[in-house]
Amino acid sequence: MSALEVLAPGPLATVQDLGRPGLAALGVGASGAADRASLRLANRLVGNAEDAAGVELTFGGLRARATGFATVALTGAPCPASAGGRAVGMNAPIPMRPGDVLVIGAPTQGARTYLAVRGGIDVPPVLGARSTDVLSGLGPEFVQEGTVLPIGREPAGFPTVDQAPVRRVAGEVTLRVIPGPRADWFAPDALGVLCGEPYHVTSESNRVGARLEGPELRRAGPAELQPEGMVRGALQVPPHGRPVLLLADHPVTGGYPIIAVVVDEDVDLAAQLRPGEPVRFRIDGPRPT
Amino acid sequence: MRFLTMGSRALLVELDPRPDGDGPADPEPAQLYRTLTRTPPAGALEYVPAARTVLVRFDPALTSAAALRDRIGQAVSAATDADVDGHSAVEAGSEAAILEIPVRYDGADLDEVARISGLSPDEVVARHCGGLYTVAFCGFAPGFGYLTGLDDALRLPRRAVPRTRVPAGSVAIADVYTSVYPHSSPGGWHLLGRTETAVWDVTRQPPALLEPGTRVRFVSQDASTTDATTNGTADGARG
Repeated sequence: MSALEVLAPGPLATVQDLGRPGLAALGVGASGAADRASLRLANRLVGNAEDAAGVELTFGGLRARATGFATVALTGAPCPASAGGRAVGMNAPIPMRPGDVLVIGAPTQGARTYLAVRGGIDVPPVLGARSTDVLSGLGPEFVQEGTVLPIGREPAGFPTVDQAPVRRVAGEVTLRVIPGPRADWFAPDALGVLCGEPYHVTSESNRVGARLEGPELRRAGPAELQPEGMVRGALQVPPHGRPVLLLADHPVTGGYPIIAVVVDEDVDLAAQLRPGEPVRFRIDGPRPT
Repeated sequence: MRFLTMGSRALLVELDPRPDGDGPADPEPAQLYRTLTRTPPAGALEYVPAARTVLVRFDPALTSAAALRDRIGQAVSAATDADVDGHSAVEAGSEAAILEIPVRYDGADLDEVARISGLSPDEVVARHCGGLYTVAFCGFAPGFGYLTGLDDALRLPRRAVPRTRVPAGSVAIADVYTSVYPHSSPGGWHLLGRTETAVWDVTRQPPALLEPGTRVRFVSQDASTTDATTNGTADGARG
């Protein structure tokens, strides 16, 4: 069986598919690709099912050698890359020959790059998914120097596109939000504050959540919330008043009130924010004409 | 029962099992979880019970928040009609399914718990074994169940300084809850003892023994018989 032998993992590389939703009642989070749309696209480019496992790179930097013929694709945060010494592009199938080394640089924008390989990364699934949950520790080990990523059986489908058009993720991102279940726990102007001046992503952000710095979201009172179920995209607000945007590996329950929830499709954009970048929120609804 | 919006793909059902006024009591979250798991509304993906709420995730292509509100309301009425006593529906759903967990009561905090609660260590063990518990919800870590039904005398706040490592299998108490640590992890609960029962195993189906609604009894491994004469109600500590 062919494999990718990892020569260098970069800052953080994990195996991810679309996760293990449905087990939250047992305390198991869904996990999976932080930017699901990019993983899906990478899989389509190599003819895989959309939920095949790939590698999620945080700030690029992976080097890996193919032991056999392989077809790979890179999506998400755009990185300079080469395969077997030839420069290769993003969002396109990349053929690799036995011994070719894939070298991925640092992304020029965005945070997370996805590497799909035709046949998928065939590590043993844990609770039905090949996803590393950095909070609970479930799933495959982190990808390290020397990790051998086995490639699964070729799917029946063939790659059908040479290059996919993608939406650029650059500049100020605006995420649509829906007022949350505990919006009434906040001062009357808090939703307006949230949707006013931009917030900035801090360096303490990870797959669990993006911590945001910006205008304080004040509580209406001192009440304590009992833990309740959380969703990806929820904006939970600790007592200091700066929101945390929950991402793929969020805890299944949390005890901080949710002021608003980012519309599901927009959470993929949130996963591409880099520390220091601005992000705005706006209430989801019909656009003013 | 209140329905709160949790984004575009979920709603939060807030329950009041002990209303102050004359209104009918809502089911416990674990009970609603069981009801919904048994008769899943179309388009619902999963249910996450917690202390006062059940989160319902759904596929917006298959249903809507409004449709789910109706369905969940009907399911609760049907369950209430079937059994006026709200608590026993959980028990009926899991009759003959009392999970017995053998415990060696030699925990690091047993003596301290005895001292704080004004009981002898043997009495602490007897009261912990005497309860019939219900898994109210899971959280903190995969397979970590929060079990209600703890004797009021054993109700203590968490340790002021959490331990950096609590071994897997530790049987512990905090606040109104008892639990079994499924993994070695940091933890602030009071350790009463240890069990060999693996409450969590990813290779098993289901991986968690302590699923919401499961009823549990702890059995002292040193004792030849179980003292089950006290505090037999599933929610004694919460009433």
